[in-house]
Amino acid sequence: MKILVCISKTPDTTAKIAFSDNNTKFATDGVQWIINPYDEWYSLVRAIEIKEADPSTVLHLVNVGGADSEPIIRKALALGGDEAIRINLEAGDAFCIASQIASVAKEGGYDLILTGKETIDYNGSSIGGMVAELLNIPYISHALKLTLDGNEVSCVREIEGGEETDKVTLPVLVSCQKGMAEQRIPNMRGIMGARTKPLKVLEPVAVDALTQIVSYDLPPAKEGVKLIPADQPEELVRLLRDEAKVI
Amino acid sequence: MVLVIIDHADGKIKKSSLEAATYAAELAAQTGTTAEALIAGTISEDASLLGLQGIKKVHTLSDVSLNNLDAQVHTAVISEAVEKTGATIVVFSNNSYGKSVAPRLSAKLKAGLVAGATALPDTSNGFVVRKSVFSGKAFANVGILSAKKIISLNPNAFHIADGGQKAELVPFAASVPQPKVTVTGTEKVTGEVSLSEAEIVVSGGRGLKGPENWYLVTDLAHALGAATACSRPVADSDWRPHHEHVGQTGLAIAPNLYIAIGISGAIQHLAGVNRSKTIVVINKDPEAPFFKAADYGIVGDAFEVVPKITEAVKKLKGIS
Ligand SMILES: Cc1cc2nc3c(=O)[nH]c(=O)nc-3n(C[C@H](O)[C@H](O)[C@H](O)COP(=O)(O)OP(=O)(O)OC[C@H]3O[C@@H](n4cnc5c(N)ncnc54)[C@H](O)[C@@H]3O)c2cc1C
Ligand SMILES: Nc1ncnc2c1ncn2[C@@H]1O[C@H](COP(=O)(O)O)[C@@H](O)[C@H]1O
Repeated sequence: MKILVCISKTPDTTAKIAFSDNNTKFATDGVQWIINPYDEWYSLVRAIEIKEADPSTVLHLVNVGGADSEPIIRKALALGGDEAIRINLEAGDAFCIASQIASVAKEGGYDLILTGKETIDYNGSSIGGMVAELLNIPYISHALKLTLDGNEVSCVREIEGGEETDKVTLPVLVSCQKGMAEQRIPNMRGIMGARTKPLKVLEPVAVDALTQIVSYDLPPAKEGVKLIPADQPEELVRLLRDEAKVI
Repeated sequence: MVLVIIDHADGKIKKSSLEAATYAAELAAQTGTTAEALIAGTISEDASLLGLQGIKKVHTLSDVSLNNLDAQVHTAVISEAVEKTGATIVVFSNNSYGKSVAPRLSAKLKAGLVAGATALPDTSNGFVVRKSVFSGKAFANVGILSAKKIISLNPNAFHIADGGQKAELVPFAASVPQPKVTVTGTEKVTGEVSLSEAEIVVSGGRGLKGPENWYLVTDLAHALGAATACSRPVADSDWRPHHEHVGQTGLAIAPNLYIAIGISGAIQHLAGVNRSKTIVVINKDPEAPFFKAADYGIVGDAFEVVPKITEAVKKLKGIS
């Protein structure tokens, strides 16, 4: 069994969101970078659990990014995984990134590929589906649970207002979200071990981007809260009906 | 031509697909073309009513196997429809269906995808679509460079038109591949409003002390016809199911009205809810950060204030 986990780098959840270069770039000054929470907490940990249950499992991590991705890749390796591959591409749209991952995945012949539900910066929810299409394998999105039984994968995925259980035969790509596993903290042994785990750097394959970010902007600031005295809840309801017109 | 892909469940077209249909029709008008729809699977409603949203033609592929989602199969079918109808722009709702299928279609057609669109594109110079990024903390304006284009519209980001004429129904014949994914069960929270599509959401945080007090949230939600949500620690403590968790690492929502009860308003929580049109905060701490992001607020004890709000809503709606 060979598993590939896709790891992306995102700003910390408390990072100040500001833009530079005439609002065309995310201002990275003072920003702390983390492993995208969906990748770290759910897909990676679930893959580690599978390897713990069957130590013959080969677990690889892949990141598409520049050299500044290496700290988060090492952190991911400290949590678990045998080796990592970084594809040296700094900028690119979802399709470029997906094409890089697909090319590594083709080469490696993985049975199970895991991504997070989405990156918390771009919120594309796109890379997983694109990679699955490029590899021509099934895709199960937004999985809350994943269980393996030989070649059979069973997933519970979120749908509007409920859940659905799907069954599929390997190979498959699954995007993961909350419910899949419990967040882990790397221990000292993991951190020491991660230093010597292989981290291969590959050059990207040439792909044309299909989209390009033109500019960013911030939502307009709120005007300020209108406080209603605690003993006048009817007044709140009136304002919601007559002023905000939302009920 | 702009082709909107209609998502449906239990025989009914989803509200978010009616938004996407309206968006497709307005986009078609803006670019001097027409909007058509594709329904893959079977519905019990009259599909020609999509005309009310401005759709001219509805292509129907009434194959019951398509009522289950295998993203690969749906992608194959939609891609055939795009080819046969000559569509140049495909519109999805950015709901669980759109998130499963639109990226695959993008890779298959080499058509640039903007997922999470919040407005009609700016076509004055290129084709630039506005989308929500950083979990609602900012917007990006994204240019689509390819000839074929795909847009997934965020739920609740667009209105639903209802003034058009009935649409023409055209059966669409496609070869439906054998699915590799089998759906072995679905579990729906019946009788409740789906969170991502809800117009009103009532949400509770750790300030409510325990699951036994959730009647405060659900009573108000019932009176308003609202969906219920919660903060992350509430779901983590199993006071409420995980699918109710909103925020940066949960669901991002954009209802017309979001009522937050006993939630402090941490940055990660705000990220998932700050696209709501109107925000009401009820918190006993006047310094709670949520008040800075709110439109209306009551500083007070939820256990005293919320039942009174529920009563006032019931009175307004004539429910006793
Ligand atoms: C990486 C990361 C991701 C995260 N993602 C999310 C996310 O997606 N969603 C999310 O919600 N959180 C998320 N969090 C957690 C977030 O930082 C906060 O810890 C969390 O939102 C706090 O939840 P709360 O407001 O319910 O609880 P608290 O912060 O404990 O606030 C409870 C509030 O209730 C008020 N209160 C108490 N008693 C009463 C009463 N009787 N009446 C009225 N008010 C009362 C208090 O004044 C207080 O403001 C994330 C954190 C991290 C680090
Ligand atoms: N640069 C990247 N390198 C590796 N994996 C990535 C990268 N960007 C995104 N992913 C994976 O794709 C998932 C969805 O990302 P997105 O489509 O951007 O929301 C993430 O949770 C990651 O698992």
